[in-house]
Amino acid sequence: MRFSRKLLGIPYAVFLIIFVVAPLFVLFFYAFTNGEGQFSFSNLTGFFSDPNTLGTLCYSFALAFVVTVVCLLLAYPTAYFLATSKLKAKGVIIMIFVMPMWINFSLRITALKEILTMIERNLAYYPFLNSVLGMTYDFLPFMILPIYNVIVKLSPDYGEAARDLGADSAGTFLQVTLPLSVPGILSGVSMVFLPAMTNYVVLDMLYNSTYIMGSLIGSYFSAYNWHGGSMIALILLAVICGFTLLTDSIGEGEVKRGGAML
Amino acid sequence: MSESSNIIELKHITKSFEDGFVAVSDFNLEVKRGEFVTFLGPSGCGKTTTLRMIAGFDRPTSGEILLNGKDISHLPPNLRPINTVFQRYALFPHMNIYENIAFGLKQKKTPKDIIRNKVKKVLQLVDLEGFESRSVSTLSGGQQQRVAIARALVNEPEILLLDEPLGALDLKMRKEMQLELKNMHKELGITFIYVTHDQEEALTMSDKIVVMSEGKIQQIGTPEGIYNEPENAFVADFIGESNIFNGIMTGHLKARFAGGQFETVDDYPEGTQITAVVRPEDIQITKPGEGQITGKVTDVIFKGMHYEITVQSGRYELVIQSTKSAEPGSSIGMKVEPDGIHIMIAAEHTNYFNVDMNRDQMLEFNGSVLDTKVENIIKGSRRNADNQLVASNGELIDPEKIHIIAAIEPSDIQMSDNVEDCLVQGIISDLIYMGDHYSYVINTDIGQDFIVDDEYLWNMGDLVGLVLPIDKMRFTVKK
Repeated sequence: MRFSRKLLGIPYAVFLIIFVVAPLFVLFFYAFTNGEGQFSFSNLTGFFSDPNTLGTLCYSFALAFVVTVVCLLLAYPTAYFLATSKLKAKGVIIMIFVMPMWINFSLRITALKEILTMIERNLAYYPFLNSVLGMTYDFLPFMILPIYNVIVKLSPDYGEAARDLGADSAGTFLQVTLPLSVPGILSGVSMVFLPAMTNYVVLDMLYNSTYIMGSLIGSYFSAYNWHGGSMIALILLAVICGFTLLTDSIGEGEVKRGGAML
Repeated sequence: MSESSNIIELKHITKSFEDGFVAVSDFNLEVKRGEFVTFLGPSGCGKTTTLRMIAGFDRPTSGEILLNGKDISHLPPNLRPINTVFQRYALFPHMNIYENIAFGLKQKKTPKDIIRNKVKKVLQLVDLEGFESRSVSTLSGGQQQRVAIARALVNEPEILLLDEPLGALDLKMRKEMQLELKNMHKELGITFIYVTHDQEEALTMSDKIVVMSEGKIQQIGTPEGIYNEPENAFVADFIGESNIFNGIMTGHLKARFAGGQFETVDDYPEGTQITAVVRPEDIQITKPGEGQITGKVTDVIFKGMHYEITVQSGRYELVIQSTKSAEPGSSIGMKVEPDGIHIMIAAEHTNYFNVDMNRDQMLEFNGSVLDTKVENIIKGSRRNADNQLVASNGELIDPEKIHIIAAIEPSDIQMSDNVEDCLVQGIISDLIYMGDHYSYVINTDIGQDFIVDDEYLWNMGDLVGLVLPIDKMRFTVKK
């Protein structure tokens, strides 16, 4: 048999079928059946009629939104500064931002927990604030790197052309640099927003009893309510799909105009 | 007042970078309103740096830039009435053509309807009517270039700077754009400052050419002036093709070079060492023995408009451009009219010669291996474990692809009677007494004249060997 390059894809295809496609079918099956194994919409209607689950969805959304905005506000100036400065120690500074990613994240969050405990005494006082702090700390590099990558590749010609045509430095930034770095912002946002909806391990480790979507699913499964848990997972999947399509459609416009999506 | 006709003056501009590299040194230039000025030079000669200082992207280390008599060297680019057409266009990819062109006017808060009119007009000027809503990436290189020009021109700048704007276009497109730019310049009356390394482009388009090399102005002049009366060997060599010879004045309006006696129109005192430049088209082919020199045709190439004929005359090689062909191998005479010879006083007498790299990656000259370390000459190179020469990136250096030029001062060369032991041998063809030493011109066996200073008197026509001490040679690597 002639060796074809397509054969190289088989291992991953097998992996995909066993660990992604098949579980999705199982998920669908559980989400739309009841305890007796009969087809049912009761899980769906149950989710949207329960104020607790709806509240968790809204809370997750709000938390993820705030985390994303805080990350963006911290990351953009940092990335911009790193990408445009002519510092000799630039490599070292980038390393400082990347290095936390080399340390196991549970260790990092535990360290953060200890610091917060020292400041707040009881972590239960500010659950929302602590969640934002923990997630921002954890996800910040994922926002910095894509933005940095886009800005560092921007030709300095654009900025010079804008200055040459009469824009001052603020005008140059707002009209040229910022719009051209949108692709980086978008990939940063999708890399932070989506985990922020679900990553309840951060919250758990901060002794945080508030529920986000991830913890809600976890609690259903640990109570052996696989049908309800599957439905929530499916709803989350739909939310994430919708969000990804949204950022893609904004990003596509940028890519078509010559920007670079990470 | 003569001041008022100069739109921009550069006075003693010097630019050095943090690493100590001097990009431009003591640059002085006056540009008249409405002139088309071209900075011409090889890459790295400082022409783009000079342009960037005029635009305001770089600040001069010292010196002043006067615009209409006022020093603008510390104004940021957005406050200068100067616009630039960038080499890679730098059109904003997130804006369409209309938004790109309107950008400058928008910064000045021009009313929308005026912007619309001006954009429409300037698009007509560059022949792109109706392109307003197209996106940048759908345009060809030539169209993008036109948009870049339109984007600069719409602001009605006092000076338009163009940084090798046609470099990325193919030959046919470039020729068309050259004409169009020239016409635009005539039509608009704006001062153009143009940067190029293409001498033909410079000669075609400019009112005034500034020839630069290694950060210094070599010559400022009209295209004709620079072509016909180059001030030094660099300019002669860079502008058009030339035959360049070392020689000597032998009398009133008489010079000897290339093994012949020539009448000249430039007069220098007898005995002056000179550099003679003869353009290939100024050499006429005659019957053997009839011209000032004779030679043997070694190569003929048909170039479309003319033949390019290479002739070996004694130890000299000459290039002739002629509408008539010649038979390779045949003997011909060559005649040059006095006005076809341009004589310059030889500024320096440094001897330059090519050295080769052999298969062992050692330097070789005239059949002898030079006892030098090549890795010290080629920057960043080193010997690997197999004693092969590698570049800093680890790749093997191909001896075929590297050209090394050695330079040696006349006073560092000694003459010797032991002809066989010397790197080069030759016959003394000229000598002048310089007060404290004699300066000799030696016709060597490698087909090149060496100039040698020696305090002792040798005789004309003597066969001598030249001792070239390796520690006195300076090597440069030519890419």
